[in-house]
Amino acid sequence: MAELVTMPKLGFDMAEGKLVRWVKAEGDTVAKGDVIAEIETDKATVEVESSLDGVMYRHLAAEEADLPVNAPIAVITLAGEEPTEDEVDALVEKAGGKPSKKAAKPETADKDEDSSAKEMKPEEPKEPGETPAGGVRSSPLARKMAEEHAIPLAAVSGSGPQGRVVKKDIEAYLSAKGEGQSAGETGGTLQSASSFSLGEVPEDEVVDLTRLRQAISRRMQDSNQNFPQFYLTRSYRTGAMMKLRKEVNALLPETDKLSVNDFVVKAVALALRQYPNLNASLLDEKHVVRHGHVNVGVAVAVEGGLLTVVSKDADQKPIRLIAREIREMVGRARAGKVRPEDIEGSTFSISNLGMYGIESFSAIINPPEAGILAVSAVQDVPMVVDGELTIGSQMKATISADHRVTDGAEAAEFMQVLAGYLEEPMRLML
Amino acid sequence: MEKKESLDLYKEMVIIRRLEERAAELYQQGKIGGFLHLYIGQEAVSVGISSVRQPQDRLITAYRDHGWAISAGIDANAVMAELLGKVDGPSKGRGGSMHMADTDLNFWGGHAIVGAHIPLAAGLALGDVYQGNDDAVTICMFGDGSTNIGYFHEGLNLSKVWDLPVLWVCENNQYGMGTAVDRASAVSEIRQKAEGYGMPNERIDGMDLMEVRKEVSRVLEKIRKEGGPYLLEVMTYRYRGHSMGDPERYRDKAEVKKWEEEDPIGIYRKYLIENKVATAKELDGLDEEALKVVDDAEKFAEASPNPDESTLFENIYVEPTPVEYRGYALEHESEGR
Amino acid sequence: MTRMSMREAISRTLWEEMERDERVFIQGEEVGIWGGTYAVTKGFYDHFGEKRVRDTPISEAAIVGSAIGAAMTGLRPVAELMTINFAFSAMDHIVNEAAKLHYMFGGQFTLPLVIRAVSGGGRQLAATHSQSPDAIFAHFPGLKVVSPGTPADAMGLLRSAIRSDDPVLFIENATLYQMKGEVPEDEDYLEPLGKSKIQREGDDVTIVAYSKMVPAALKAADMLAEDGINAEVIDLRSLRPLDMDPIIASFKRTNRAVIAEEGWRSYGVGSEVSARIYELAFDYADAPVKRVAQAEVPLPYNAELEQLALPQMEDIYHAAKEVVNG
Repeated sequence: MAELVTMPKLGFDMAEGKLVRWVKAEGDTVAKGDVIAEIETDKATVEVESSLDGVMYRHLAAEEADLPVNAPIAVITLAGEEPTEDEVDALVEKAGGKPSKKAAKPETADKDEDSSAKEMKPEEPKEPGETPAGGVRSSPLARKMAEEHAIPLAAVSGSGPQGRVVKKDIEAYLSAKGEGQSAGETGGTLQSASSFSLGEVPEDEVVDLTRLRQAISRRMQDSNQNFPQFYLTRSYRTGAMMKLRKEVNALLPETDKLSVNDFVVKAVALALRQYPNLNASLLDEKHVVRHGHVNVGVAVAVEGGLLTVVSKDADQKPIRLIAREIREMVGRARAGKVRPEDIEGSTFSISNLGMYGIESFSAIINPPEAGILAVSAVQDVPMVVDGELTIGSQMKATISADHRVTDGAEAAEFMQVLAGYLEEPMRLML
Repeated sequence: MEKKESLDLYKEMVIIRRLEERAAELYQQGKIGGFLHLYIGQEAVSVGISSVRQPQDRLITAYRDHGWAISAGIDANAVMAELLGKVDGPSKGRGGSMHMADTDLNFWGGHAIVGAHIPLAAGLALGDVYQGNDDAVTICMFGDGSTNIGYFHEGLNLSKVWDLPVLWVCENNQYGMGTAVDRASAVSEIRQKAEGYGMPNERIDGMDLMEVRKEVSRVLEKIRKEGGPYLLEVMTYRYRGHSMGDPERYRDKAEVKKWEEEDPIGIYRKYLIENKVATAKELDGLDEEALKVVDDAEKFAEASPNPDESTLFENIYVEPTPVEYRGYALEHESEGR
Repeated sequence: MTRMSMREAISRTLWEEMERDERVFIQGEEVGIWGGTYAVTKGFYDHFGEKRVRDTPISEAAIVGSAIGAAMTGLRPVAELMTINFAFSAMDHIVNEAAKLHYMFGGQFTLPLVIRAVSGGGRQLAATHSQSPDAIFAHFPGLKVVSPGTPADAMGLLRSAIRSDDPVLFIENATLYQMKGEVPEDEDYLEPLGKSKIQREGDDVTIVAYSKMVPAALKAADMLAEDGINAEVIDLRSLRPLDMDPIIASFKRTNRAVIAEEGWRSYGVGSEVSARIYELAFDYADAPVKRVAQAEVPLPYNAELEQLALPQMEDIYHAAKEVVNG
């Protein structure tokens, strides 16, 4: 029977060898122990001996060939034997078969390793996500607590090293806000906001202008409908608002999806509740009426001009209702089917040119209102956070205010309070 | 010696020879991994010494231990199984070539770290002395190379200071790995090192089975009678390299050929025939039997199963103890026998 | 219960176990006639004799190696290394032979031996005599490594080690030998190998320590209490196996941890405990785990420099305050 000679393993870490030289040529007689070839490993050149007596029938590898361990290199036949080609092929195939089986073993071992490593892997904590604005430093525990209570980490100020938000900061945040909403409500999809009933609205209040105010007003008044206005501009960090909007919109139907302006409407309405003097109109030289309702007018461009649709009692309505109503009114306005109640009763207005990329502008007050807020585009700009330069989301807004009714300090405070609502938008939800 | 025992010894030598040759082939086929140190040429030493040791004598050796395993009485099937890493090996596939042992046969291994088993041997003898086994001698085999490491000196010194019954046997096959004895050792004869410890010592021929038997019996009895350690240097030769993959650049072929003419199997065969203990035909018959034993051992080992994965953590400790797995705590418990 | 020093506790345990089991014997340098360089085996030689209390030459590899051989024949040796610094001369026998022979030979024989060694610095013995390389030995599967921090634990753990069929490295600390504590008067008092123990309860911060750092941690805890910080002190007692259960349970409550060891910080016990805290309780971390350890310097001879390099009770106190205050 012909025997196959294979590339021997000559060292515990040998994977392949080079057949440097055939010592026995095809047809040579071979005795057991005779050197038949020289093999070079990366450690040494070694002589390979025959383990049989016979004849070197055929070389299966050429000199200088690099071959893996166990690869067939020669066929030795017993003296006088003449194997057929098929027999030789069968021998070689049989040898060829072995290496792949051997390779399979390590593969399955790897597979087992992988699967068991997966089993053993501890659960990775789900992060509530870091804000796009450069990431929030927080301890794993604080993150876990924030996730449980649906608190955006950006809304929490950190007392730990480098501003790290830690457990006590979350605890402080929670006790300040009052744990009004249970976690369940914020978790799943929002239920349909079907019924809403108006709460108590205070009566209009007529207030005497103070002597000082009367004097200022007389001095400030010009001819015709000119009245003294002043303008204050402030930047708002809108990262939190944009993030919240994205998250909430994922849960809302198309009819109720929130725009940036909806947030502004709600924020302005809540702020106006705290500054009734801006939610006001000059009645006459001596009186200002501070409106009971907070009806926020929103400027809408329509063909041929401008309309102001009014979101009535925006301070009381949930923001999604505001969004839905404004959407409906704007639709009617653009279709030329505006209803009278859509455009009457505004107590303060907002003009938003953000969708046009306007960075900053001042709007003209709609008499007899005391103020109007001009809202500009939300942009990613360089800003300084925690003493470090980073990229953040920002929006400018400019208030135009009637100087007969109010003055800079009050309007500035209003703008600051507005920041509280715009920059911590969760408050708009409460 | 009775004829049967004489022939058994012959067959044992041939079994060792064939087993080592077969192991070399299996190694080249990639079926045996790691290191493989062959005993070819040294058969007279393990067969000779094991045939004269008493059951109460403990035997411990270094890593060239396949011959010692067979001579101690471990079945060729089991030896081959251990080489292939299978569960039916004496060490259940956990030790491999260098860690064969069978404590029931008073064979304590098979040790891989050069010279580290030498202090262990002193401890084995200490154990016998302590427990009043007055007749027992610990036979500790080691190579010429290991007589230069610190452990050798600590072990020999302790054995002399405490008068321990140890037969220290150096199998001097002339080379510590690739370094000839005279390049590594300060003295030309290994036995001279015992002089430094005031220890009686001798040098004998390790290629002649009958010589080995005669001299070692004598020395064992001396230790039993007079106590104390003794160092025996046994001159022998390995025909193959230190281990597989040794290119043997440190010695020339002529030298190897010369020693092959002094083949211990050939020497003993000649003795048996000349002394009319057996005929050439009978010995040829034993050659065939020996080859069959090795063929069967190879088949047995191939068929023997791999250790089950679930047993990876067995025998780390005797007492059930939580052990780590890939860095995660308490995944497995290690249990002893 | 009775009050005794750690030295007495160890000594008494050795004596009682030798009385109880003929197979137990002691060997090491100066353990016999001298009575032990820390006087632990004082009086043993006269009582038990030279067969069972064996003075050895200065041959650490042979001390440990022959103990291993004797254990293989069924005896229960207690080998003493005068200091753990000398263990390096027997490193192969500790980590290659003692730790692995049971496994490598498929469980054919057991190695019920104890290696006692003294670790730690602080006595101006200079760098090579003052190390705490405990973590290195804890690295090897097959070995058990324990180190008591109280006299009661010294007694209970040593007794368990001697009676255990596994090889145990029992690490003592010279400066703790005179530490006094309550010890049960029970010849069979055992503490389990491989279990941590809460030495002081608290809810504000978890302090993990062992050996000399245990009394230091307890003192630091008293100081912290004055500041209104209630620290839990957990004594590892065993480096291998390492019992994390009480530590993780504690960390889940306190969310902060300090690990104190006498050895160097790099690759030390604290590295291991800290890694496991993060693996097993990541979400509960409110601050990074802090490690209190020796300065990364060979310990100097000069007394002040030495104390400067060694971890002190104040270091534990400050570390705890840092993790609490964030």
